[in-house]
Amino acid sequence: MRQQQFERDNAHAWTRLRDLLTALEGRRRPGPEVPLQRLAPLLRQVSGHYALARSRGYSPGLIDELHQLVRRGYRRLYRVRPAWPGQLLEFAVAGFPRALRRHVGLFWLACALFFGPMAAMGLACARDGGLIYSLLEPDQVAQYESMYDPTNVKLGRDAERQADTDFMMFGFYVRNNVGIALRTFAWGLAFGVGSLFVLATNGLFTGAVAGHLTQLGFGTPFWSFVSGHGSLELIAIAIAGAAGLLLAKALLAPGRHRRAAALRANAAEAVLLVGGATLMLLLAAVVEAFWSSSPVIPPAIKYAVGALGWLLVGAYLSLAGRVGRRWT
Amino acid sequence: MALRLAGPVPRAAAQAIDWLIRLILYLVLAPLAAFSGVGVGLMLLGLFLVEWFYPVWFELRSGATPGKKAMGLLVVHDDGTPVGPSASLIRNLLRALDFLPLFYATGLVSMLIDRDFRRLGDLAAGTLVVYADRPQGDRHIPEQPPRAPAGRLDTDSQQAILDFAERSPRLSRARCAELAELAVGDGLIGRGVDTGKHGEAAVADLLGVANWIARGR
Repeated sequence: MRQQQFERDNAHAWTRLRDLLTALEGRRRPGPEVPLQRLAPLLRQVSGHYALARSRGYSPGLIDELHQLVRRGYRRLYRVRPAWPGQLLEFAVAGFPRALRRHVGLFWLACALFFGPMAAMGLACARDGGLIYSLLEPDQVAQYESMYDPTNVKLGRDAERQADTDFMMFGFYVRNNVGIALRTFAWGLAFGVGSLFVLATNGLFTGAVAGHLTQLGFGTPFWSFVSGHGSLELIAIAIAGAAGLLLAKALLAPGRHRRAAALRANAAEAVLLVGGATLMLLLAAVVEAFWSSSPVIPPAIKYAVGALGWLLVGAYLSLAGRVGRRWT
Repeated sequence: MALRLAGPVPRAAAQAIDWLIRLILYLVLAPLAAFSGVGVGLMLLGLFLVEWFYPVWFELRSGATPGKKAMGLLVVHDDGTPVGPSASLIRNLLRALDFLPLFYATGLVSMLIDRDFRRLGDLAAGTLVVYADRPQGDRHIPEQPPRAPAGRLDTDSQQAILDFAERSPRLSRARCAELAELAVGDGLIGRGVDTGKHGEAAVADLLGVANWIARGR
């Protein structure tokens, strides 16, 4: 069939597809007057025309035109429209803890890399008041000391920040802590070195500060401050570390896949972990800014809430999302 | 379906545009600091969102950041479908690594090594940066009395002749004549015909053959 005849026979289908795509691309939710159900059959038809035009050697201009039309339709047909609130909720109550349980080995490894140095450094600094200076500058140490001075009005903030509002600190905690988590994940792709480094250094610093302040006699303000959000925050950092290690695993131990394929598969899993860690850190920032810093709540209550927090986080991560499973 | 991959240079240009837009966003956020307390808190949240999720937001909305859109680029899965939330998050969070040690040096090395110009984030997410469709020009073949070629033409020759015919309205007359003389002289429209034709005559011959291929007698 000559090209002219072919064009004359089929041009109306091309125009209809083009008009439909133009109508769909313009708006987020097409109105009832747009014949959405025509998209798939029209696209199938025009894809056939494109294949024919190529195999029959019609003019490059026509082939190009049909190719563009097919690509536009393909993009429209396979467009992902996430249903945000519902999917996010589903992810929070089931998807995330399930994903974590699939990689529980790496989670424990990340915990060891994070809490190990933390505990060791904490115990060492609690015994030796000078050891912290091997890790932090003297003015940093002074800043931490002023943050948890028992005479403070607001806990966890140094002298200059006493007047800052809780909301400002919320913004600060979100940017700082989630930033750390996201970097821990991303740098894990460097054969795990980045995750390892972030986990270990953050563990060392946290442990050093905790041990040092306890040894100074600032234990009550410090521990009552961190107890509220500690469970969420520390576990979330460990989870972000596990996500980074998951990327590294694809390079170091890809198993039966090629490294590229393993990386693709592991990254899809790791992004679930880091997404969940981000949610946990957002919640932790709320607690840290509005609850932990309050000086009027007695330490005993804060400790109780802190302990409850660990229980709840543990229960959430180990149990949530199991109920949907079919018991056969 | 074929995708045209975008190389490091247009992507760097897109990145530069995006940096500029981010800078403007930062400048918009900065005055919030004047409203101490809540204002600073909002500013810090805004900075956090722009730092990490600026590309994700735009990629999920329309497939490309404003910078990429300006350069005519599009982010797609490697099967050509539009990029989804998971892949967009992966490729953009991994910017933190691709950026190291300075100005996407790691990403650039990865793009130069990889056949499909993928930086590490693209490799992990399974995404490609491709050229979006460009608006197509007129593909009208100028009318000429059809003229049968002297022999059988293979598909490549037919495509070359049709390509010439479609592009001829956008070429200068001198360039048309030059190309047509080359084609006719090489026997593209069949051996044994008069290959000595020049200028407009050669163009008319070639367009005649194109008309014969596309429209028939």
